[in-house]
Amino acid sequence: MTQLPGLLTVPNLLGEAIRKDFPILDRQVHDGRKVVYLDNAATSQKPRQVLDALAEYYERHNANVHRGVHVLAEEATALYEGARDKVAEFINAPSRNEVIFTKNASESLNLVANMLGWADEPYRVDHETEIVITEMEHHSNIVPWQLLAQRTGAKLKWFGLTDDGRLDLSNIDEVITEKTKIVSFVLVSNILGTVNPVEAIVRRAQEVGALVCIDASQAAPHMPMDVQALQADFVAFTGHKMCGPTGIGVLWGRQELLEDLPPFLGGGEMIETVSMSSSTYAPAPHKFEAGTPPIAQAVGLGAAIDYLSAIGMDKILAHEHAITEYAVKRLTEVPDLRIIGPATAEDRGAAISFTLGDIHPHDVGQVLDEQGIAVRVGHHCARPVCLRYGIPATTRASFYLYSTPAEIDALVDGLEHVRNFFG
Amino acid sequence: MKLDSMYQEVILDHYKNPHGRGLRDGDAEVHHVNPTCGDEITLRVKYDGTTISDVSYEGQGCSISQASASVLNDLLVGKDLAAARRIQETFLELMQSKGKVEPDDAMEETLEDAVAFAGVSKYPARVKCALLSWMAWKDATAQALGPDAERTTA
Repeated sequence: MTQLPGLLTVPNLLGEAIRKDFPILDRQVHDGRKVVYLDNAATSQKPRQVLDALAEYYERHNANVHRGVHVLAEEATALYEGARDKVAEFINAPSRNEVIFTKNASESLNLVANMLGWADEPYRVDHETEIVITEMEHHSNIVPWQLLAQRTGAKLKWFGLTDDGRLDLSNIDEVITEKTKIVSFVLVSNILGTVNPVEAIVRRAQEVGALVCIDASQAAPHMPMDVQALQADFVAFTGHKMCGPTGIGVLWGRQELLEDLPPFLGGGEMIETVSMSSSTYAPAPHKFEAGTPPIAQAVGLGAAIDYLSAIGMDKILAHEHAITEYAVKRLTEVPDLRIIGPATAEDRGAAISFTLGDIHPHDVGQVLDEQGIAVRVGHHCARPVCLRYGIPATTRASFYLYSTPAEIDALVDGLEHVRNFFG
Repeated sequence: MKLDSMYQEVILDHYKNPHGRGLRDGDAEVHHVNPTCGDEITLRVKYDGTTISDVSYEGQGCSISQASASVLNDLLVGKDLAAARRIQETFLELMQSKGKVEPDDAMEETLEDAVAFAGVSKYPARVKCALLSWMAWKDATAQALGPDAERTTA
């Protein structure tokens, strides 16, 4: 790909050298076009370091964890638990025992909803209590709460959105009330790109004694994470969006809550003793990790964290902010293009949704694909956002640490081609 | 370019100038969605005995889904249910062919403009778009004519 003049004017970029770590970025599609991968909010690509860690685990250390006394079982256990240490450090958790491995962020959020559904007082969600979410949630932070509300009779409430793609907190005192048991919201929207004001929401939740759960799926890959600074009670994210493999997610929860709240899935690993009439449970995090866990995937996530940390999350954030600023500037030059979400790079992540005249996003995505440009089209598992803005779907370009200004130029050229094709 | 095999001129024409669009009187109405991309169609069928006197629709979606509804209207209105069912089955066969069926003269005679969708069958993500209105028609017909029609169109 040629480097266009834009590159010279964009500061804070990570070097081109990073791209060499990602073998797939050399992939050619559709008759020799180098792939331009702008679908990072769906999943990130994996660096060689993570692929090697996965291969090495299976080639040299594979065994089940926490049970054998043989050398492979001990190595596998050390690697799996070592990954937990890496996650704890990465998110500044006070204790490694607060890090629960799940299969993805959806499972993490479902786990929280089910802990609260089965909990005793004072955590119990029942027909006299309220659950608060927002209109910009991914379906994975809507449906578990709808299910919980249906099963318990609790009332589900939510914050609406402003026209420029931000949370409307003007009625925060009416939405979060003394009846609120849990407030669950996204830190960075996967469709709008909005970075939400955590502090204002947490402060109000704490006033009324409600728990706070944060969906950090689109945040953990892109910015320094500090669960203590967030002051939340639970934080959920997934490995595959942050250079790790699929099949591994994380739920961080405050230790005293994890001690008090009941398990959800029962099985091996999560018990202390079992008799035919009853069981007692292992302490957290194992209480919430029934069955053989995703071992290799956790090891892969650990390698991804090593990779990202060696570069530096602050540098990745600065790179993505620069890329996003450049992308917003270039995209607003495209005729008929309307950004759905914040119109500037301020308080915004590296996912940009847009519509292009009345050309349907599916058609936009197809013509871009023919040029080797991979974007996501549809409602991005956030259909209420599309309904809110009166659109059937959007096209979304989303960036990561290896994205370049030249790729954004390719997108803009591609969109011009789309307009000509359907014009 | 490969794209041209999907976006045939006839498809783009139907997309830009859809035939029979708008909701009119009907015996049954259905609403179908394609959850992966948000294509939606509301479709009504009107029968005169077993003859299709109207298929009216309103929807939003990509060029493929909207053009397909327009072609459906062209092909099915005025047809007897048995003939319409043959067209629907032939179209389904073509769309599920993964690009491996080269339409012959008989197929072209049955499908008319709908044969232009042959190229779409190579794109698995788009086959559902092309089939959306046809599945809606089948559903609406079953509702309008009762379970007997459902069996004969199954």
